[in-house]
Amino acid sequence: MTRSVYTKSFPSSTRHLEEVRRFVEMCCQEARLSADTVEQFKLAVDEACTNVIKHAYKGDGGRSIDVAVIFEPDRCIIRIRDEGQRFRPSEYRSPDLMESVRQRRAGGFGVQIMRRLMDQVEYRTKGRINEVCLTKFLGGDNGCNGNRSR
Amino acid sequence: MSNFSVGFRPVGQVHVLDLKGELDAHTASELEAAIQKCQADEHYQIVVNGANLQYISSAGLGVFMAYIEELRERGGDIKIAALQPKVYNVFDLLGFPMLFDIVDTEEEALSRFETNGQRIL
Repeated sequence: MTRSVYTKSFPSSTRHLEEVRRFVEMCCQEARLSADTVEQFKLAVDEACTNVIKHAYKGDGGRSIDVAVIFEPDRCIIRIRDEGQRFRPSEYRSPDLMESVRQRRAGGFGVQIMRRLMDQVEYRTKGRINEVCLTKFLGGDNGCNGNRSR
Repeated sequence: MSNFSVGFRPVGQVHVLDLKGELDAHTASELEAAIQKCQADEHYQIVVNGANLQYISSAGLGVFMAYIEELRERGGDIKIAALQPKVYNVFDLLGFPMLFDIVDTEEEALSRFETNGQRIL
């Protein structure tokens, strides 16, 4: 079985989030992932990219976000790379919905959503490059009829 | 041009917001502006009709989180109706059904305002 990789770079502005979702959708549909899995990846990648824009790049729309959709025989990995401020997962505290509503505070739920939708969420920093890898193992409900276009 | 729009539709004392398209970090401000307009006009009973809402991320959910308490304190509420299953799943992922009135139809949402006119929780 071959490994397929699709890559695309996007400007670090929220106006490009729709484009990111379309790219992820196209790649996953081409690999014949289930509709549910496609939606899960779209949302998880959206959340990851939004966090890069807001936190890694502090809203600077002139930077770049690199998205790679990687299909391996038993899994799909979507890797999002940036060169902004590093995220430290150990410092993240998952917010409570009721508390957030009481405090009229939005935000902070992106990481929680990623962790609930994906089988693995891994953060790495290599030099200036930060990456988050979102992985779902294929087969069963995630299938993928086992056929990929490339 | 954004792939999201909010339509306003008064139904008696209730304001129905028809959401169309994709609600993300880029378009969430449009929903926020719509709710703020309702508040400015002293319309605190809001039904959000999600029949044509194709997508929502945590940024969109955050708008609901930020305004629900204030509306309820003023005797109103945001009731969410007619969500597509794939969109409902995102609300459910964060536990929204525990705190928000999410119903199948706009008619049911409107009738709940008639029933008690007060917040459910």
